[in-house]
Amino acid sequence: MLDLIEKGLEHNGLVTAFAFVGVIMWVSVVLSKRLTFGRVHGSAIAIVIGLVLAWVGGTLTGGQKGLADLALFSGIGLMGGAMLRDFAIVATAFEVQATEARKAGMIGAVALLLGTVLPFIVSASMAWVFGYRDAVSMTTIGAGAVTYIVGPVTGAAIGATSDVMALSIATGLIKAILVMVGTPFAARWMGLDNPRSAMVFGGLAGTVSGVTAGLAATDRRLVPYGALTATFHTGLGCLLGPSLLFFIVRGIVGA
Amino acid sequence: MIIYGVALLAICTLAGIVLGDMLGVLLGVKSNVGGVGIAMLLLIFARLYMQRHGGMTKDCELGVGFWGAMYIPVVVAMAAQQNVVTALHGGPVAVLAAIGSVVLCGCTIAFISRTHKGEPLPDEPVDIAPSAAGGR
Repeated sequence: MLDLIEKGLEHNGLVTAFAFVGVIMWVSVVLSKRLTFGRVHGSAIAIVIGLVLAWVGGTLTGGQKGLADLALFSGIGLMGGAMLRDFAIVATAFEVQATEARKAGMIGAVALLLGTVLPFIVSASMAWVFGYRDAVSMTTIGAGAVTYIVGPVTGAAIGATSDVMALSIATGLIKAILVMVGTPFAARWMGLDNPRSAMVFGGLAGTVSGVTAGLAATDRRLVPYGALTATFHTGLGCLLGPSLLFFIVRGIVGA
Repeated sequence: MIIYGVALLAICTLAGIVLGDMLGVLLGVKSNVGGVGIAMLLLIFARLYMQRHGGMTKDCELGVGFWGAMYIPVVVAMAAQQNVVTALHGGPVAVLAAIGSVVLCGCTIAFISRTHKGEPLPDEPVDIAPSAAGGR
């Protein structure tokens, strides 16, 4: 009986993955409401659960693909693989309103550029300090500090190893969680009481989930302004990470 | 038709990835250069064009919107297949890099907010309590 169920789930890997990730999302939303009263966004908790499960899978099988190494969860490999990941990320661009984006103006663009370059420099330097001295690893870990999407997209494009990618996702995640939790406390100091500073905040702090969750906990009316610039963050990072930033790093440290 | 939206998304994604690969060859690197970013720009332009010239239906938007909404679950699945065991051996680099980035960005936000002050939002309108005396 149990064999029969297992066989059925294994043969329909992708469908199993949809169901499994759905359950993770549901648990995360409940945890977010009950434990943190909505302060930490459900999606952030879900991603942390995903990373923990990847650790469990990696420890159980000794493989390199986390949970996807277990036959039962091989569908996770397809669902979270490069193909569907790129497909879904491109789709998010559909929600960007070009006309509204223009209203963000110069200061929003400057904030966006700074928000990509500053975290990149800090994180890439940190990678160098800790012994990741090749251009590919430095760029991947640096890009992770932009957002946890830019890290793996950049890493995949320039051929980083999986452990460096995981490190870069971890960097982006910790940043997103810090932004979510810290924003309400630092709001007054950062001058977060008007649409313009919210746009600057969205451009500099990055990570849509971190920005929207952080602003929602500060003043919910500021959310759309922050999200407006933050939605460009991942796209800009994905554009600059594997290209300009990678070339600059390679130019400095060599291949 | 929902498939039109999904197809539009697929075409933009493929075109972006192919252009990114071509850019990589042109620049002499064995990698995809900004393919996802190019695909996103293509999709934004396609949307603007279709809105101006018609052809963007509710169903078509649903076809793209569904995949946009799936991006967090896909990222969760992506997180679940990372080589976390090896990453943890990397030590505190992720924590320190994240803290450094957040602190530096916070200081920059505070600086920009102080030099380019915007108009604060007006106080939230409070419901005016109905007057006790029976006037209208």
